[in-house]
Amino acid sequence: MRRSVFLCLVSIVPCLAAGAILAQDAPRLRGPEPFTKEIPAPPMQRQVTDDVRVRRNYPDQPPVIPHSIEGYAMDLNANKCMSCHARKFTDQSQAPMISVTHYQDREGNTLGGLAPRRYVCVSCHVPQTNAKPLVDNVFTDMDALAEPERQPERGRH
Amino acid sequence: MAAGISRAWGWFRGNPWVRTALSPPGYLSLAFLTLGGFVAGVIFWGGFNTALEYTNTEKFCVGCHEMQANVFEELKGTIHFTNRSGVRATCPDCHVPHEWTNKIARKMQASKEVWGHIFGSIDTRDKFLAMRKHLAEREWERMKANDSLECRNCHSSESMDLTKQNPRAASAHERFLFSGERTCIDCHKGIAHRLPDMSGVPGWQ
Repeated sequence: MRRSVFLCLVSIVPCLAAGAILAQDAPRLRGPEPFTKEIPAPPMQRQVTDDVRVRRNYPDQPPVIPHSIEGYAMDLNANKCMSCHARKFTDQSQAPMISVTHYQDREGNTLGGLAPRRYVCVSCHVPQTNAKPLVDNVFTDMDALAEPERQPERGRH
Repeated sequence: MAAGISRAWGWFRGNPWVRTALSPPGYLSLAFLTLGGFVAGVIFWGGFNTALEYTNTEKFCVGCHEMQANVFEELKGTIHFTNRSGVRATCPDCHVPHEWTNKIARKMQASKEVWGHIFGSIDTRDKFLAMRKHLAEREWERMKANDSLECRNCHSSESMDLTKQNPRAASAHERFLFSGERTCIDCHKGIAHRLPDMSGVPGWQ
């Protein structure tokens, strides 16, 4: 009995110590204030709604939404996004059509329309805000890695 | 023929109710009847309009739990309920015509809704959801028929500044609204309440 208590302590103490040490290094996403203190929420960020297409950071990235989607229906009954981005509405809306990958089910069979697994657009496509990143972004564009001599701006992003 | 008309006229004048109504008053003065009629008219007309206006308030609309638990709850999250400028569109602003004749016509139609309330046609959430498409279609049809008048009571295309809109909205309004090709409700469905199953509705899929 005493032995197991001792073993327990021996295993718990390093964990607690490590936690305390690592906690000092962890990025404080909630700001410099200690978590015991209640701080006012930061203001809501404004959405980017300038309708200018945003470059993808890598080829498979779901494109981000450059317009407001406030109040858009997205439920079992209705999908407002498809009122512009569905193939049959792109001539009147001049919006980009949903990608052909969205017509395929998980087995790769091409369907007649939007695949059910792709129905909830905002699972992948999201609007952006002007918020300042909480931590530095060290992402490097793939092109900058593959062809450094043709990407003089490497290092700036 | 003439004899027939004359006989009918005689029968009409001979009716005791008609005789009383057409004979001059025996006790009341002309001044009393004139002024009294005027005052009674004012009271009746004022009371009628007061009652009419009372039925045209948000408080009255959400007095029925069908409205309060379903459509009013849904309205609460939308821009027509809270927004940066603090203007609120309440139920009658969008669902009752503001002009008197049309308002009375709509109020008469609403007697059907009183019937629905009494007999509980949408008194549970499930019943409401089952009826939602029908209810929504009635409103869409009404607004399409009057060229989205209730929208335009506040949002007129004359006072719309396209340069203040984002390019997407500006071009859509220029192409479809200003050309008269479409009216507000054609594109702006479900802006204040949740939508029914939209399969088969033009512009949706």
